[in-house]
Amino acid sequence: MKFRHLLAAVLAAFSFAAVAQQPVKIGMSMPQTGPLGGGGKAALLALNMWVEDVNAKGGLLGRKVQFIAYDDQTNPGVVPGIYSKLLDIDKVDLLIAPYGTNVTAPIMPMVKQRDLLLMGNFSFDANAQIKHDKWFNNAPWGAGALAWGGTFLQAGRALGGKSIAIMAADAEFAQNLCSGGRVIAKAMGLQTVYDQNYPPNSVDFSSIIRAVRAAKPDIVFICSYPAESAAIVRAVAELGVGPTVKIIGGGMVGLQFAPIMEALGPLLNGFVNYNSYVPEKTMDNPAVREFLKRYEVRAKQEKVDPLGFYLPPFNYAIGQMLEQAVGATKSLDHKVLADYIRKNEMKTMVGNIRYDTVGEWAKPNLVMAQFRGIKGKDLDQFRQQGKQVIIGPAAMKTGEIIPFDKARN
Amino acid sequence: MPHVAHPAFLVLGAYATYLLTTYGIDPLLAGLLLMPVFFVFGLGVYQFYYSTFEGRGSDQGLRGIAFFFGIAFIVQVGLILAFGVDQRLVDADYIGTSVEFGDMRIPQRMLVAFGVALALTSALALYLSRTFTGRAIKAVAQDEGALRLMGANPVRIKRWAFGIATATCAIAGALLIIIGPVEPGLDRLYIGRTFCVVVLAGLGSMSGTLAAGLILGVAESVVLTTAGTAWAPAVAFGILLIVLGVRPAGLFGR
Repeated sequence: MKFRHLLAAVLAAFSFAAVAQQPVKIGMSMPQTGPLGGGGKAALLALNMWVEDVNAKGGLLGRKVQFIAYDDQTNPGVVPGIYSKLLDIDKVDLLIAPYGTNVTAPIMPMVKQRDLLLMGNFSFDANAQIKHDKWFNNAPWGAGALAWGGTFLQAGRALGGKSIAIMAADAEFAQNLCSGGRVIAKAMGLQTVYDQNYPPNSVDFSSIIRAVRAAKPDIVFICSYPAESAAIVRAVAELGVGPTVKIIGGGMVGLQFAPIMEALGPLLNGFVNYNSYVPEKTMDNPAVREFLKRYEVRAKQEKVDPLGFYLPPFNYAIGQMLEQAVGATKSLDHKVLADYIRKNEMKTMVGNIRYDTVGEWAKPNLVMAQFRGIKGKDLDQFRQQGKQVIIGPAAMKTGEIIPFDKARN
Repeated sequence: MPHVAHPAFLVLGAYATYLLTTYGIDPLLAGLLLMPVFFVFGLGVYQFYYSTFEGRGSDQGLRGIAFFFGIAFIVQVGLILAFGVDQRLVDADYIGTSVEFGDMRIPQRMLVAFGVALALTSALALYLSRTFTGRAIKAVAQDEGALRLMGANPVRIKRWAFGIATATCAIAGALLIIIGPVEPGLDRLYIGRTFCVVVLAGLGSMSGTLAAGLILGVAESVVLTTAGTAWAPAVAFGILLIVLGVRPAGLFGR
């Protein structure tokens, strides 16, 4: 009998030691190729930096962190399969969502059905329909379109805008955003003079820009993805949007990515667009500044976005949130972790974050910034203050909005 | 020959153009300079394909397609390793400016692309119809055995044709990056449409290819503005299905 107890104790000790040696697996899919590949690779670098940092401190629960990330090619169709593999074959302990709404939306039913914790990654309203209680999106825009489209449209209104043109990609993110924009525009009494969707990955916007010009709007609200955003900026430069337009931009993904900013250069002047971080004095943050110094060195080696303003600090912050929750609860149980994140303030490099009932930032901090005084194609100029002037919200403002045609000169 | 790597070569041409523009060379000139390089590259790729598949008679069915899918994958990964995954654009005097016709403005880059594409198609059509090698290229697509009886070497002719096709990717890639931003995975977007245009035109018809491209573009635009964006991607294959049902040889095929 004594021998049996001894044997059981030895086996238990061995199995405990074996578990303690197993890494904590964190898995995700990430757009590493395709339209969002540029942003995805930069975000992935930041997450890898967090994994290196946390492992240098001893890992989570005394176990090393193993990070598993697959390329989803910015293709929503392959994402559910990747997450099934992560869960059923790789047996990951924790999940992070891919960067972007279009690629996150397909896995929301699965995580709800399996009742899993999912850390969101710059999605927009991905949980609006599903209402999963273990979803926590790390994105500064909060729930609904008000915090996003509202700031842009109010700026247009302040310039005397009375009519609006809306153009949006026919994809989840852009449609969510422009739907919200329509609601806000209606509430503000703006007259919609043009409202058109276009297929994602369109390369020529000449006909759309001509149609917008013919409609003579005061405000042009654009919801687009990177390649389209670049093509739209070019088309506006070539064809003009007409003298009536006072403000243009709003939801153009890609104008935050260094290679696109560098390539477009002065063509960006006057555009007003959302951003998560710009080097203006109201957003100055020593922790982010320090992180970006480290990031820039790695980004150069790995040939990813050399500025890293938009996604990397927020992706590093996702890691920090998991670190805080696991450290405080001493658990990898998804319910326990979700309860903790829901009830506590998450202390991250991008600020202290509290979540609302749908798992979005309770206090959104999305800024609208206007490109000004961009000269030539020198990337360093985007590191200077005054090149992306924050025109809203009021608490973050670093300058007043200038009408589009004046900011172009 | 199931050359499904053609769009990948097109993207390769765009990136090669981008590389040359970083040395201050105009993108259009860069495309022209790259044509001989791509021609030689095409000869090499065909020779490799012939040695490993066609010459051994193992190019039938899916194996030939697998070879070119493999090549396309290697090109894509190579571009990612060399340039990263970010969108790349080029600059030139005719990019970012427009030509005015009354109230109408047309971007110069689109006019340049249209003009060069038209000239290239005309030149290729003339080459294929007026020269011995051109006619041999058409003949090898119809009947290899008959061509051999005429004293021409089908393998040499196919290698030459592959070289020309790859050379056109250089200038077409230059036009692609002149029109808009490119990224390494862009070929995936083009492969369906490319297939559709070629089959719609009728295999081997140069003028048909131009017409099929125009038909597809106009049809997509009309559907886009009338039926909505969700139907636009279905246009290519919708037209293809109808044409294959009514005229299996394609609109301009013999």
